[in-house]
Amino acid sequence: MSSPDGTEPPDRPAEPAASGGEPRIEDVVDTTGPAAVHFETLTDENDDGRPAAPEPEESKKKLDLGPVGHLGDRLFSGLAHGSGGLVVVIVAFVGIFLLALAIPSLADNNTSFLFSRVWEPGGSDPKFGIAALFYTTIISSIIAMLIAVPIAIGVALFVTYYAPRRIATPVAHAVDLLAAVPSIVYGLWGLLFFAPILLPVINGLSAALGWIPLFEKPIGDNVGVIFTISVVLAIMILPVVTAISREIFAQTPIAHREGALALGSTKWEMIRMAVLPYGRSGVTSAAMLGLGRALGETVAVMIILTVPNGNDPWNSSIFAGGETFASKIANNAAEFDTPEKTGAFIAAGLVLFVVTFLVNSAARLIVARSAPGAKRPRRNRRATEGASV
Amino acid sequence: MAKRIEVSGLNVYYGDFKAVEDVSMTIEPRSVTAFIGPSGCGKSTYLRTLNRMHEVIPGARVEGKVLLDQQDLYATGVDPVAVRRVVGMVFQRPNPFPTMSIFDNVASGLKLNGVKDRKKLTEVVEASLKGANLWNEVKDRLDKPGAGLSGGQQQRLCIARAIAVEPEVILMDEPCSALDPISTLAIEDLIEKLKDKFTVVIVTHNMQQAARVSDQTAFFNLAATGKPGRLIEMAATKQIFSNPTEKATEDYITGRFG
Amino acid sequence: MTAIVENKPAYDGKELDLSGKSGARAFKNVLATVLIVAAFVIALIPLIWILWTVVSKGYHLLLSADWWSQSQRGVTVRREGGGAYHAIMGTLIMALITAVIAVPIAVLGAVYLVEYGKGTKAARAVSFMVDILTGVPSIVAALFIYAVWITIFGFNRVGFAVSLALVLLMLPVVLRSTEEMLKLVPDELREASYALGVPKWKTILKVVVPTAFGGIVTGVMLGLARVMGETAPLLILVGYSKNINLNPFDGFMGALPTMINQDRTELALQPAADRVWSAALTLILLVLALNLLARLVARFSTIKSK
Ligand SMILES: Nc1ncnc2c1ncn2[C@@H]1O[C@H](COP(=O)(O)OP(=O)(O)OP(=O)(O)O)[C@@H](O)[C@H]1O
Ligand SMILES: [Mg+2]
Repeated sequence: MSSPDGTEPPDRPAEPAASGGEPRIEDVVDTTGPAAVHFETLTDENDDGRPAAPEPEESKKKLDLGPVGHLGDRLFSGLAHGSGGLVVVIVAFVGIFLLALAIPSLADNNTSFLFSRVWEPGGSDPKFGIAALFYTTIISSIIAMLIAVPIAIGVALFVTYYAPRRIATPVAHAVDLLAAVPSIVYGLWGLLFFAPILLPVINGLSAALGWIPLFEKPIGDNVGVIFTISVVLAIMILPVVTAISREIFAQTPIAHREGALALGSTKWEMIRMAVLPYGRSGVTSAAMLGLGRALGETVAVMIILTVPNGNDPWNSSIFAGGETFASKIANNAAEFDTPEKTGAFIAAGLVLFVVTFLVNSAARLIVARSAPGAKRPRRNRRATEGASV
Repeated sequence: MAKRIEVSGLNVYYGDFKAVEDVSMTIEPRSVTAFIGPSGCGKSTYLRTLNRMHEVIPGARVEGKVLLDQQDLYATGVDPVAVRRVVGMVFQRPNPFPTMSIFDNVASGLKLNGVKDRKKLTEVVEASLKGANLWNEVKDRLDKPGAGLSGGQQQRLCIARAIAVEPEVILMDEPCSALDPISTLAIEDLIEKLKDKFTVVIVTHNMQQAARVSDQTAFFNLAATGKPGRLIEMAATKQIFSNPTEKATEDYITGRFG
Repeated sequence: MTAIVENKPAYDGKELDLSGKSGARAFKNVLATVLIVAAFVIALIPLIWILWTVVSKGYHLLLSADWWSQSQRGVTVRREGGGAYHAIMGTLIMALITAVIAVPIAVLGAVYLVEYGKGTKAARAVSFMVDILTGVPSIVAALFIYAVWITIFGFNRVGFAVSLALVLLMLPVVLRSTEEMLKLVPDELREASYALGVPKWKTILKVVVPTAFGGIVTGVMLGLARVMGETAPLLILVGYSKNINLNPFDGFMGALPTMINQDRTELALQPAADRVWSAALTLILLVLALNLLARLVARFSTIKSK
């Protein structure tokens, strides 16, 4: 099936001229817009989605053939609206409760919550700050993203434009399989099998770049370090980022791809001119989604990352141990004995909540901003969500 | 520029399905050649073999010879990518790159070929847009996205993009079928002008259009659905429309077909 | 057949270079191909490695009937024996309760977004909240339930609390996939039903939801698969018990992730290591089974997402 230049793209529909590679779903979804509004007026719902007020029901009575339908409609619509409202309430509660329990502890805190690296909550002189947690969480997630995103893009391109169909589909499923592995298994495997082979990499990097504090290696052969969890986190977020990128790359309209090829571009140039620009916002939001996952990952980090001895000075190197927000909370679950202590951990959890929220919002903003047409955001969002399951 | 295309004994297959059978023809340089024929007779399929665009479809393959001034496009050692740089193509639906500005769209082919000199790019973009009869409409908004233009303007933008790389041949597959009559006229004017410099091949379903713009016309037909399409008759356009040799041609252009 | 033109003018004689070996561009193309294939190979290594590790180290305990029928009651780290029945049941019970709570809310919420609230400000607010919920890390969900269930209400750490935390994680997954499925139902179907005089709620229940049913089930399975592997809520909200406890409202409960966690510090001891990898394999198999089931259902459902 391979042509001399190997430039055949996948998923070519049988009709070459017909509407390019535009997914038909879009068309279906689009029609629901105006049409649904039209139906709305046929039923006894107001356009704004609130259940109908009782008065119109009276005036319409002579037209109604079955009052039972009315009751059912009101009940069902009430349930649906209630569920929608419940989601709002839940999220609001998460924020409010965490805040309410964190505030008393924060008020008693004797050091700067944001800038201190000490973590000694509870007792008569509670001191706790998140600076070290914040640093470890962010740097490990960012390194994870730097490793995972290029590889994910490569795998996605391989599956969509390079691999023959016969190989592409099983590969896609195999990568999806990685997402089915629970994170505790990644943690165990990472600690026992993967971390040891990283030691030469760590030694090499620190030998070459050790003069930068970030790459300075402490004495000893500890592999339970930030760098190791970064790589394991990269492996963990790879399937998500790959799955979303793959979906989006495959949707690049044939018209764009052929436009590039007809200019005499090589396959790689076609990808750079048509596929990558088309998928840019989607891949960015996929990367952000992966970042969100990495920020909140708990068990794998907890298992692999060594907690520094309390007496050691703080070390900013990625070749040192540390704790992230999530691993700190999980490591100390047994210590939630007093509300003051618990409050300190909840405050840390709240910061993690806010950070992931910001990252996810950024993902959504990027998609909305950079979409050239009105259709793009929806398509990208659909792909994002599809793969997040 | 402009080269002669000589095709002999060309068969095109999609997998096991033979879509086009035994086509031989000569397409003259600096002229417009129109392909007409009923839907499904293989016009697009055949057209795409002239710059090896069919190879982007998995399973599509070709038998026979296509010579571009005696150079065989299917000889071993010929890179399809290089062929497409020499034989440009314009599609049924305008397909400007959505993420690029008007300027970048036109310049995209040149940039691929490593032209970085801004002055040179500006010159070629202007010349190409003028060549595509679009310059006056867009000269004040070259940095705006190409997707913001009207359908007809987008199609002329795509033509400008194709001629910017100075190909020998331009293939057009129903370039006006997605356009309104005014835009269609604009494109037809443009085609008239393009043939001064290029070999132009156009597929069209519009008899008047074929009669208006082309110098030669090739009529394709297929015996029955599922049978491969064949070249029935090719001659000067005047002759095809006034005095065709084949009965099928006459039936088709007078509307008695099917 | 050949056609026309007798007076062929001469060719212009200019030879074109069609070899395409134009240095830099061809090189870049090859380089890109190499890198892309390399990325693929790199991605494949950990996948094979992890699966190989778990399968090769964990499979033999799974072959014994004890594994599926016994608990770890009275078994110490140094001793062989016992099974994972208590943990498998714990994982399934908590997952089931999670599904029972999350699925109706999620499906009805999706119905609200697609059938009732479309285009309204309220719907946009709900949609936004779902997006927030999607990003909530599992440790934060666990902390929130801890705050409510234990700190505020003063209840004990039990399996049900875990389910509540998992609801927060499963809800957005199921809601979004259901929403997408409902959007795919063509309006002609709704129209046809309305034209028959069927009220809206019946149209939704009898026409829209059944049409999208396969897709909704797929979403539920995938959501379940995701929460079953979660460890953080278990660590915080319920203690690990080696005994069989089928009551989610009383006492500690075993679960596969915490069973792994229990012995992971004792991996130097062969019996403990065996149990850890076997529990991991069991968990992967459970999650995988749900994923496969989801795919099967998707294949036979009326509406496809592709
Ligand atoms: N990608 C493809 N795979 C398989 N068969 C194809 C493909 N594209 C076209 N065909 C078949 O090849 C034959 C010729 O199609 P082609 O598109 O070339 O016709 P056409 O003359 O351009 O028609 P139209 O005027 O409608 O554009 C048809 O039978 C068509 O079904
Ligand atoms: Mg055609």
